Amino acid sequence: MSHTAVGLRARPAAFLVHWPSRLAWIGLGLYVLYAAGQVNVSWDRIVSGMPQAAKLFGRMFPPNLAADKLDLITTGMLETIQIAVIATVVGVLLSLPLSVMAARNLSPGWLAAGARVFIAVCRSFHPVIVSILFVKAVGFGALAGVLALIVSSLGFIGKLFAEVLEELNEKQVEAIRSTGAGFLNVLIMAVLPQVFARFIGLSAYQFDSNLRNSTMVGIVGGGGIGAALFTAYQRFDYDVVLTILIVIIVLIMLAELLANNLKKIFR
Amino acid sequence: MNAAGGGVLSITGLFKEYRSGEPVLKNINLEIEASGVTAIIGPSGTGKSTLIRCINRLVDPTAGHIIFRGEDLSQLKGKALREARCHIGMVFQEYNLVERLTVIENVLCGKLGRLPIWRPLLRKFSDQDITRAFDLIDSVGLSQEFASRRADALSGGQRQRVGIARALMQEPSLILADEPTSSLDPKTSVEIMELLDQVSREREVPVIVNIHNVDLARRFASRIIGMSAGQVVFDGPPDALQDTHLNEIYGGEDWQA
Repeated sequence: MSHTAVGLRARPAAFLVHWPSRLAWIGLGLYVLYAAGQVNVSWDRIVSGMPQAAKLFGRMFPPNLAADKLDLITTGMLETIQIAVIATVVGVLLSLPLSVMAARNLSPGWLAAGARVFIAVCRSFHPVIVSILFVKAVGFGALAGVLALIVSSLGFIGKLFAEVLEELNEKQVEAIRSTGAGFLNVLIMAVLPQVFARFIGLSAYQFDSNLRNSTMVGIVGGGGIGAALFTAYQRFDYDVVLTILIVIIVLIMLAELLANNLKKIFR
Repeated sequence: MNAAGGGVLSITGLFKEYRSGEPVLKNINLEIEASGVTAIIGPSGTGKSTLIRCINRLVDPTAGHIIFRGEDLSQLKGKALREARCHIGMVFQEYNLVERLTVIENVLCGKLGRLPIWRPLLRKFSDQDITRAFDLIDSVGLSQEFASRRADALSGGQRQRVGIARALMQEPSLILADEPTSSLDPKTSVEIMELLDQVSREREVPVIVNIHNVDLARRFASRIIGMSAGQVVFDGPPDALQDTHLNEIYGGEDWQA
């Protein structure tokens, strides 16, 4: 009170404290501390684990480049790439109609709601879990991996495509509708041109994601390099593991390059 | 109803409510003749756009009849509605071109109502349509070099010319223009109105234009319809439009210099 006596008129605070967000941040901080205590994350364990890690890395070098191993890795890698390419292409093609159904500005409410539920179910499980189901259903091998990755592709690009479609410029669509064009012609000439470049970008991202996941599905019998990687771990052939990891890294980088170039072409 | 009346378009008892109990259009009755520019003037929010959009059913009317080519547009659905739309060209305030398509693709969009989907999908338009599209690009005052430019690379005036070419590609029996000059500078506005007037006379197509600019309406229209609060309060030739009418349409007189 005495401060106002100086003669300055009391003025409202310029920046009000936003209590809900402050509480949310504090809550998050407290939970992280609590969870860290629960799962026994401690500095001691990190320190005592260091020599173990050093030993593991020591056994990884140099990478194993023996001809028979390279042969095995090449076969596995090629299968991984095939799984990723097929899953992406089929997944994208199936996502196109699915996302149109799920876009609330293009479909009636009941259809959009149904399509959204389907997409959400596809996205609920990690590809590895889905591929366990498919390995049980169709047996060991690449087919199970392909099917699992198609499902997860639908879950992700179906949703992302639908979101892009919902941001359509309605004026362009309205103009084409006013010429008497039917629904499919409107999709081809008014909708597709607007969204095509972003669809390519999202598909490239999904390919990248499928490539990574297709290295995983092999672990549960879904085909590809995953099987070789898992076997190498179990046999303590860490030098082979390193070779495989390097090949995967190179592959992901190549996929990144490919994606960038695609985006440049389809601007 | 009155095919003998000589009108291309006959609107009777048209009502539109976006929210029930709040009509935007209140009992509109209009008869549009076979050619010439009809200008609809009136303040913003008075239902001019709604009226025009009711005609090609981008907006569904609440009640009333819109007779065009012997059919009641207000009752049409599905295929019959699309077929009717083929005969009605529309020009928009913000041009509404598909930005990522080229000029000629945009013009060819005017044909979409009459094409099976594989033609636009594979861009396999007939030679006849392509020739016609080039001719139209020419006739709206653009050089044919523009054909392969993307719409988003054009200026406002150029875009509106493409918009008019797209409408003409439909070989329409009626052209609706919703504020076609409101996004353009004064000089370009005059050019676009000249073009619409020329199109109307040379191709004998009636053009209905919503327009804010009373001077442009007077200069190019053969008939002016003044709307206020969802009703027609003036309907006559430009010469008959007096200041008292304008006061009635726009309310007050302070805005008149």
